[in-house]
This record gives sequence, structure tokens and C-alpha cells, in this order.
Amino acid sequence: MAKTSAAKQEQTREKSTGLSTVRGNSREAVSPDLDRLIHERIRLGIVSALAVNRSLTFNELKSLLKTTDGNLSVHARKLEEADYIVCTKSFDGRLPKTEYKLTTTGRKALERYLNHMEALIRATREG
Amino acid sequence: MALTNPSRVQLTEPIPIDARAADHLRYIRETMESAGEFTAVPGWGGVAMGITALAAAYFAAIQASPARWLLVWLLEAGVAVAIAAPAAATKAHRANAKLFSGPGRKFLMSFMPAIVAGGLLTYALTHAGLYGALPGLWLLLYGTAIVTGGAFSVRVVPVMGFCLMLLGAAALFAPANWGNALMAAGFGGVQIGFGIWIAKRYGG
Repeated sequence: MAKTSAAKQEQTREKSTGLSTVRGNSREAVSPDLDRLIHERIRLGIVSALAVNRSLTFNELKSLLKTTDGNLSVHARKLEEADYIVCTKSFDGRLPKTEYKLTTTGRKALERYLNHMEALIRATREG
Repeated sequence: MALTNPSRVQLTEPIPIDARAADHLRYIRETMESAGEFTAVPGWGGVAMGITALAAAYFAAIQASPARWLLVWLLEAGVAVAIAAPAAATKAHRANAKLFSGPGRKFLMSFMPAIVAGGLLTYALTHAGLYGALPGLWLLLYGTAIVTGGAFSVRVVPVMGFCLMLLGAAALFAPANWGNALMAAGFGGVQIGFGIWIAKRYGG
């Protein structure tokens, strides 16, 4: 119940386009075209890790990102729903095995995100 | 109303947007680096392999015929595999990783070609009676395998490979009777030294 409520709150936050915040004298603006889906730390970690591996298992990602089962599965599902990653479930002997792969859409999203961050740095430093 | 709560001021201190973007980029790079690393190279396993290599160098040096000398080193290669495989599997298991997926698979795929080439060249050279070329060949190709596989591991691993390659290059041009000493230095000394370093810095 609590998990559903937290997920809804996050969805609402992500859908919101009023992402600009003004703090003190410095304006910390988040551009509306920024991909909020991979802007979140764990999701960014999942996509980055999968970008340098053909596939990674749930346990490998969990250990790499030092996160919990629940946290990882919630964030991985969001990426899956957006078609950024694909998940395959199989059995390794008797043990269930969950494996993730980055899709072309996910790879392009990461490239866009990287370009966006670089552009932000350039624009701020030049301006 | 006064705005004088210092802790509050500190909490709301704005982070420049370029610093935040740079932080995100750094996080991506670090995640990619650690995700691409194969950390199951066994340090203590390397030390054990080094010790058996020192023993092999001693026993090989006292053999009367080149064929028996070759047999000692081939047995040592088998012993090394028997030490390395379970040691790497244990270390990977402890890190909750798999040997044959992700970085581990890349490590093996990069490591194996030089080893297979070494095996084939050993067969060809022994048939031609060129035993003197074997120490240089083995050190050079084992070093190459460590360098190429080590590209997917922590930085110290390819450095160890370069040291082995240097010894291999030296062995190729050194007098043939230096072969055992150079292999003791490479398969023994280098592996023990780097093995201790890897074990202490990278978890066993």
C-alpha cells in the first residue's frame, strides 16, 4: 500500500512540468525536455551499468549500485515500462535468475541525457 | 522577521547547475567503470600460483632432458589452472557476481585467445625442437592475456601483464639457460607480488 502510494507520488512528480525552482540568487532550473526517467540516481546507475555490459543480473546490479531488492526492482520496472531496458526471467538450475539488457531506446536516451548534461555545463560556463 | 538561522541558510545553499550536471556525469562514468570491471581476479590465488611456479622453476632446472623440463612446466600450468579457477569462482561468489556473465565473460573472452595461441605455438615449437624459445613465448603470451583481460579489471591487473610481457621480451633475447630464472621471476615473483597487492586492495 505504502509502496503504491510512493510510486504514485513519484509518477506525479515526473509528470509535472513545473520543474524550475529558484533558490536564493542562483536559479537551479531543470529543463522540461530533460529525461526525468533516467535523471533519478538509481535509474541512471542501471542504464549506465547496462551500457557497458551486454546484460547484468538483478544481483549484479544490486551489488554494483549498493541498493536494496525493493528499490532496484521498482526502478528497474519503471525503465522496463518505458522500454529502456528488457528483463528476462529464467532458471539457473533451481534458482530463478533475472537478467536485464539495455534496449536501443534506452541507449539513445542515455546518449541524449549525456548530451544534455554536457550542454548544461557548457551553457553555464560560457554564460 | 530575521533570516538568521545559519543551519537553515546552509541547507538551502544553492548548488550551481553546472556542478550538479558535472556530478551526474561523474556518477555515470564511475558506474560504467565499476560495472565494466571484473574484480574476481584472485589475489591469494595468484600468490599460490606464484609459489607453485617457484617450485616448478626449481624442479624444471634439475631435469636432464628438454622433454622432462617441458613436462614439469606443463604440470605447473595444470596446477595453476586448478588453483585459479576455484579461487576466481570463490571471489566472484563472495562479490555476488558471476564468472561467466558481464565483466567476467569479457575478461575470459579477452584472456583466452593469447592462451590458446600459446598452446598451439608450444606444440609447434616443441615439434621443431625449439625449446629455448618457450620461456619467452609463455611469459609474453601470458602477459598479453593478462593485459587484454585486465582491460576489464582493476588497473593493477594490466600493469602485472606488462611486467610479464617485459620479462617475456627479455627471455626471448636472453641466453636459453636464463629461461627458468626468468619464469621464476615472472610466474613466481611477479604473481606473488601483484597477488598480495590485489588481495589486500581488492578483497582477496
